[in-house]
Amino acid sequence: MSIELIKEKYNGAINTVAIGKTGAGSVKVGGQTTLPFLFEEGDMPNAPVVALEVCDCEPVEWSEFLKKPFGSAIKDPVAWARKCVSDFGAKILCVRLQSVHQDWGNRSSDEAVAVLKSIAKAVAVPLIVVGSGDDDKDNDVLPKASQALKGENILFGIATQNNYKTLTATCLADGHSIIAESPIDINIAKQLNILISDMGFDPGNIVMHPTTTSLGYGMEYVYSIMERARLAAFIGDKMLSMPFILFVGSEVWKTKEAKEHNEVQGINWEIATAVSMLQAGADLLVMRHPDAARSTEKYISILMNGGKK
Amino acid sequence: MIVIGELINGMYKDVGKAIANKEIDVIQHLAIDQCKAGASVLDVNTGPYSKNPKEDMKWLIESIQKVADVSLSLDSTKPDVIEEGLKLVKKRAIINSTSADQDKMDKIFTLAKKYNTQVIGLTMDRSGVPNNKEKRLELAATIIAKAMDYEISAEDILLDPIVLPVNVAQTQGHEVLESIREFKLLSDPAPHTVIGLSNVSQGAKFRSLINRTFLVMAVANGLTAAILDPLDKELMDAMITAELILNKNIYCDSFLDAYRKK
Repeated sequence: MSIELIKEKYNGAINTVAIGKTGAGSVKVGGQTTLPFLFEEGDMPNAPVVALEVCDCEPVEWSEFLKKPFGSAIKDPVAWARKCVSDFGAKILCVRLQSVHQDWGNRSSDEAVAVLKSIAKAVAVPLIVVGSGDDDKDNDVLPKASQALKGENILFGIATQNNYKTLTATCLADGHSIIAESPIDINIAKQLNILISDMGFDPGNIVMHPTTTSLGYGMEYVYSIMERARLAAFIGDKMLSMPFILFVGSEVWKTKEAKEHNEVQGINWEIATAVSMLQAGADLLVMRHPDAARSTEKYISILMNGGKK
Repeated sequence: MIVIGELINGMYKDVGKAIANKEIDVIQHLAIDQCKAGASVLDVNTGPYSKNPKEDMKWLIESIQKVADVSLSLDSTKPDVIEEGLKLVKKRAIINSTSADQDKMDKIFTLAKKYNTQVIGLTMDRSGVPNNKEKRLELAATIIAKAMDYEISAEDILLDPIVLPVNVAQTQGHEVLESIREFKLLSDPAPHTVIGLSNVSQGAKFRSLINRTFLVMAVANGLTAAILDPLDKELMDAMITAELILNKNIYCDSFLDAYRKK
């Protein structure tokens, strides 16, 4: 006797967000009408995308395992960005404006923006741009960065419940998309999306960061929050219908398991975290090690091809 | 929750007058306002004083559809009036309503099948409105069985247990709530349940308070649709909150706004 599988059908869909100038180079994420890779139940019109991360200054604190593949380019953000695209085939880059942070050089925002502009000029791929993690510094540098790249349709971050107005206003003025971050909390995720859209920002240009955690550090909490948000979106909750971005690289390479044993373990740790997040519904993965990124992309293409290599 | 806006009904003086004098603005404002307030369906009833209900139904539907992209619930006791309306609707409609009488169901389900509509089934027949849950259930089962004969899915039937005014039939509130809970067990997938909410407070004081208290109780018992006044903001807020507590929507501090942004 054949067994008929019960299939879920949903009415809602995740928003499609385009990053980069319209045309061949732009990257689209979202648009799905099913939980990840369940093609019998719905569509995934856009495959999840892997972005490689680049800092606007030499990342002195990075593990040697992580610096090695980039060679001397790691000291020059523009060369680094170029290498990501030309040698490692990155289709999108995430530039972290770390240099303005007082622990990372305390550079002026103008210097950081100048580096960012050089990167944008040097590579022809869409950009994600995030701040240093210091609210005051970021509220200074991000508006300047936004103006400098006006019309480029950058995905800017990171807006939080306590600090979203400056970034929202500047992204609205300059035509960029925005990353809205919540601390592994679906209620705050929804609230922040409402707060940002209440400022007149199109909810269709928001990407959610549900907070990333590494394998071994509570990743399953993030997974369950993402899954719950997705199920709500599929039954029509417009304030949770945004694609997800996960900063896998920065979280994984903080852990002793990744950075203290050997390069292969670090790479595998990053891959394991990334593929788990794909199964949770990640649309954009920001990764650091090019080998981990390449393996994750291969995994995505196999799954998008229905499991065939 | 399917919110069916009740305000376009010739029974109300202003609307009756607007229909008689073809004051299109009055009707269109009511349509727009109800949709903005959260109605996903608008009830359309020409009222008891309409001299030409077929023409009035057509005029109402055309007037509404010029300004609102919304499903309509065609509310008339006369199948020919409903059919005139069904010829014009742009979105899938609801027929409001059939009783559990066989001849009435034959007429209404024939229309429902022909025009692919949903149907409100009143659990009453020529002998009147039942005064207990058992009789309501029996009539509900009759309606579902008849719908099946016409190959109409139970999901397209909205069973109405008939709400009676609390000041004249106080024993019926409890019976209605119990009926809502049990109607859902009649089939899988379950039929919808619907109430004409405002009737509960007909002729009573503190109408809005009675309405919203009853609605919350009905939602807790599994109600999936209601014909109500969506412009009663406190009523809508209470309904949204009841659904929130039942985990139908994800909480956030602005949950009232979030619901309305849907």
